[in-house]
Amino acid sequence: MSTVSWITARGLFGRRRFLMLFPLPVVLVLLAVLSRSLGVDPGQWGPPVLVGLGLAVVLPVVALIVGTGVLGAEIDDGTVVHILTKPLPRWQIVLPKLAVATGVTAVTVAVPLYVAGVLAHSVRLGLALALAGCLGALAYSALFLALSLLTRRPVLLGLVYVLIWEGLLGNFVSGTKVLSIQQYVIALADRLAPTSLLETSVSVPVAAVMTALVSVGFTVLAIDRLRSFSVAGETS
Amino acid sequence: MTTISAEPAAPATPASTLNLDGVSRWYGNVVAVNDVSMRLGPGVTGLLGPNGAGKTTLLHMMAGFLAPSRGTVTLDNEPTWRNPAVYRRLGLVSEREAVHAFLTAHEFVLASAKLHRLPDPEEAARRAIALVEMEDAQDRRIGTYSKGMRQRTRVAAALVHDPQVLLLDEPFNGMDPRQRLHMMELLHRLGDDGRTILFSSHILEEVEQVSGTVQVMVAGRLAASGDFRTIRRLMTNRPHVFAVHSTDDRALAVALMAEPSVTGVELGRTGLTVRAGDYGAFTRALPRIALAKGIRVRQLVPEDESLESVFSYLVEA
Repeated sequence: MSTVSWITARGLFGRRRFLMLFPLPVVLVLLAVLSRSLGVDPGQWGPPVLVGLGLAVVLPVVALIVGTGVLGAEIDDGTVVHILTKPLPRWQIVLPKLAVATGVTAVTVAVPLYVAGVLAHSVRLGLALALAGCLGALAYSALFLALSLLTRRPVLLGLVYVLIWEGLLGNFVSGTKVLSIQQYVIALADRLAPTSLLETSVSVPVAAVMTALVSVGFTVLAIDRLRSFSVAGETS
Repeated sequence: MTTISAEPAAPATPASTLNLDGVSRWYGNVVAVNDVSMRLGPGVTGLLGPNGAGKTTLLHMMAGFLAPSRGTVTLDNEPTWRNPAVYRRLGLVSEREAVHAFLTAHEFVLASAKLHRLPDPEEAARRAIALVEMEDAQDRRIGTYSKGMRQRTRVAAALVHDPQVLLLDEPFNGMDPRQRLHMMELLHRLGDDGRTILFSSHILEEVEQVSGTVQVMVAGRLAASGDFRTIRRLMTNRPHVFAVHSTDDRALAVALMAEPSVTGVELGRTGLTVRAGDYGAFTRALPRIALAKGIRVRQLVPEDESLESVFSYLVEA
């Protein structure tokens, strides 16, 4: 583990906001277990729990907490200066942080998604949701990491993207789904385990290409922004 | 504006040199730093100025954390902006007390050494911690430290790669007198070793005790640079304004006009406003004159003793 990853992980797990990661995945598993144990038809509880909660809320919100935490929290409290005053090419700072954010998000989200998928349909669906969730974790993390460097309110902007763009506009304006990581994850999961529980809006090639583009594009953007990182304008 | 120059002789063995050439920085319509040029060589230099003078902005530009709107900042002819390679020779201790509170001092300084890719990070960390005398507390979490200990830990992390240039923004803020003394000794030692040390402060006495050379910033401009004693003399000898109230202001005004240290007297409703060219001579003469004339002085208040007025005088000098 690189020193940057080590400091990032210590910082992430050492902050209280880390505890915010757990309630949503727990709720996801509990709802799936409850629905299954009560004998509710998976066709009824599957889509709202797997997609409505798992992919539309748990995955992006966990990614938002972690993705803005790995760099945004250090920018907020000023500790980022310690890492930036080192003779490291900026990609050697961004990539380890992205790896930590993706890894933590993937682990936190993939396990409950797998459990919920198995309970709703099959092990194959569980694995498909977990794998697609990991890819989604990468894309969301790259996006939220870059947001930390693009704005001083990355959490707010991230929430606007998740709740307004993906959550609200996606239901009314079909075109917005082409720029929705949530839709890419659904499409990829459905390709890996085709079921009636997942309803796709974008094609698999579009989902794959866009996931790659979002991940790479926002990572490159984050590296470039970090090269020009300015300390907030204090004039004292 | 006249810039007072009293540059000390160049050191015999020049090490790293930080150069600012016509540097300005503005935020929208607000000019934070205005056309500053300076050259910093080995030794300790104080960056002095009142709050809001642009010291932090200037330090951030020197440290590569802010792009100059105009002009260039170079370390040994290399720009500091968008150039992480300069951090091999440059260390920064920022004003903001930002430390990874969850790490111990040893972990923190060791992480710095590793990030610098030093050949023996353990040894470098041990040496840096010893330099700031933090060996006894190095295995405690930084979150449990006093402000002074945190500051020393940050200095150790900034020194772990043995940089030729060290920039410190208000390093004495919040320190108790003992910690201050310790930090001053450390800066002296580093400067004597041939490093280029620049520290900012808004407190005249701090700069006086640590540094022989100062750069004085006022309202974003470089008001004075050079030997501290020369500048201090200029500050001391500036005209001083006093509010004086006595049992007979008119008679006292007449008597004061005969005193060489007095450059002007204004008689007002509430008393006299006296302008004196020499602070010491006037304050010694006043009781003597009052006694000779049988006048009782009821009030003597220096009117322009704020640091801002002292600095402002330098701008006009």
